[in-house]
Amino acid sequence: MSLLELKNISRQFGAIHAVEDVSFKIEPGEIVGLMGDNGAGKSTLVKMIAGNFPASSGKMVFDGKEVEFSQPSDARRAGIEIVYQDLALCDNLSAAANVFLGREIMRSVGPFKFLDHRKMRERAAELFRELQSETRPRDVVKRMSGGQRQAVAIARTRLADAKLVLMDEPTAAISVRQVAEVLALIKRLKERGVAVILISHRMPDVFGVCERIMVLRRGHLVANKLASTSSPEEITALIVGAKAAA
Amino acid sequence: MNKSPDASNLDSVFSLSERSKLGEVLRSQEFWIVVAVLIIGAVVGMIAPRFLTGANMANILQNFCFTALMGIGMTPVFMTGGIDISVGSTLGLTGVLLGLFCASGYPFAVVVLFVLLVGALVGIVNGALVSYLKLPPFIVTLGMMSLVRSQTLVVTNNQVVYDFGRAGDTLLALGSGSFLGVPNVLWAVIVSAVVMQWLLSMTKWGRYVRAIGGNENAARLSGIPVDRVKVSTYALLGAMTGMTAIFLVGWMGAATNALGQGQELQVIAATVIGGANLLGGFGTSFGAVIGSVLIEVIRNALLLAGVNPFWQGTFVGLFILFAVLLERFRSTRA
Repeated sequence: MSLLELKNISRQFGAIHAVEDVSFKIEPGEIVGLMGDNGAGKSTLVKMIAGNFPASSGKMVFDGKEVEFSQPSDARRAGIEIVYQDLALCDNLSAAANVFLGREIMRSVGPFKFLDHRKMRERAAELFRELQSETRPRDVVKRMSGGQRQAVAIARTRLADAKLVLMDEPTAAISVRQVAEVLALIKRLKERGVAVILISHRMPDVFGVCERIMVLRRGHLVANKLASTSSPEEITALIVGAKAAA
Repeated sequence: MNKSPDASNLDSVFSLSERSKLGEVLRSQEFWIVVAVLIIGAVVGMIAPRFLTGANMANILQNFCFTALMGIGMTPVFMTGGIDISVGSTLGLTGVLLGLFCASGYPFAVVVLFVLLVGALVGIVNGALVSYLKLPPFIVTLGMMSLVRSQTLVVTNNQVVYDFGRAGDTLLALGSGSFLGVPNVLWAVIVSAVVMQWLLSMTKWGRYVRAIGGNENAARLSGIPVDRVKVSTYALLGAMTGMTAIFLVGWMGAATNALGQGQELQVIAATVIGGANLLGGFGTSFGAVIGSVLIEVIRNALLLAGVNPFWQGTFVGLFILFAVLLERFRSTRA
């Protein structure tokens, strides 16, 4: 059974057809690259999956159930987490505080409830260890590298025990060494049975971790094929339209 | 290091000693302001020996409390990235209402409750305009400063309130009394500072206050009730301003309609000097307290050293600038 299935999903903004008649399946633990030029409809598609806005038409099945998310928290509850491009972290807080932001572990003494700093640090350390990231729970995010920030953002999704993680350009603004770190994190998610949709412009990253690549052009899904049967040249041709479909 | 880290390697990273407690203290703004207070005290003590007498110390410890109480309330507002310049006016309004209600014969406990509620209500209006209507906090509270001050004049009809009726004895005893040799108002500062710091570092509310100042958008995406938390910070500040009014009027024995005029600037200065960041995200209640001490020490020291009091503002101003520079220096190095 597929984890996520989109059936003829479309979305219009006024007269603009941002996404048109897109259908695909994502299997559990699969890493799929979503590529396309600016304005091809990648963000719109991902935002529909994440519950930012509903589709104009079409059906979405997640985890065996037909779903219709009206807000991001619906999608989150179902098991879909999104790692935002700007990461949505609080620079002034520690790594552990960021991982647990909005779902703090509390300790109660009598009628009072307060933050269980130690338990949160320990659990965050476990998550970073699981992700094999050199991120210390106590460190303030402000002083962290791009790779460590990604680790914090990804640890948040692990905490929620998401089944599907949507990643929007996670390697866009970081150094080469950190890119390798982030790609390793994505593979770690797969080992845990988490499916990942990776939106990226960077061909080497997509071919480095993705098993399957989907290409959007002007709202249409023009390719959905195994990375092993394709090449960066072919994908580039599909993105720019030199090749119609594959 | 380009190989992927293995487990033992990771263990060594996790066990690396994190920033030491001593280093943490040395890096804090609060520590350097304490140092500044001690240096000023020593220097002034040499010039004017009267500065270090018990009587003068007691004087300082009484005087700084009013600014400190409001500074403690201002700290979470700053931490969310807000500001409230209406607190001086709110102090005035709650002060005269306190007097008027005591005079009309209500029991003291009822009056106290009422004054705290009025303060909180002003804060709630400020907070609601800032969070739900997304208006800039400076302008909102500037408007409130004018509005509340004018209402203070309206309700008193420009009369000084000094007859507090039956509740007056309790009020005056509270304001000028002491417990275990420590003025009541100083107890209020100590308890408020400890409780506020506990709230900031040990509760969800405190975590959210900090998070909102760090990245409001991220806080919202994490499901934090950003608007409600912001309103709560203004409401809390308003209630603490009402509490300050009780101690201040009880100590002075009269409520004039000029009560608290200009006080907002002292409170903001103290909070900033203590290390709270106007852009949000940082601050401690202890910082606000020590900032208030510094301002009072400067005021008192200049007076005793025989310096023309017109110079007070210059020194306080220099310390505000110094505090901001110190903060900039610390945050770029950290």
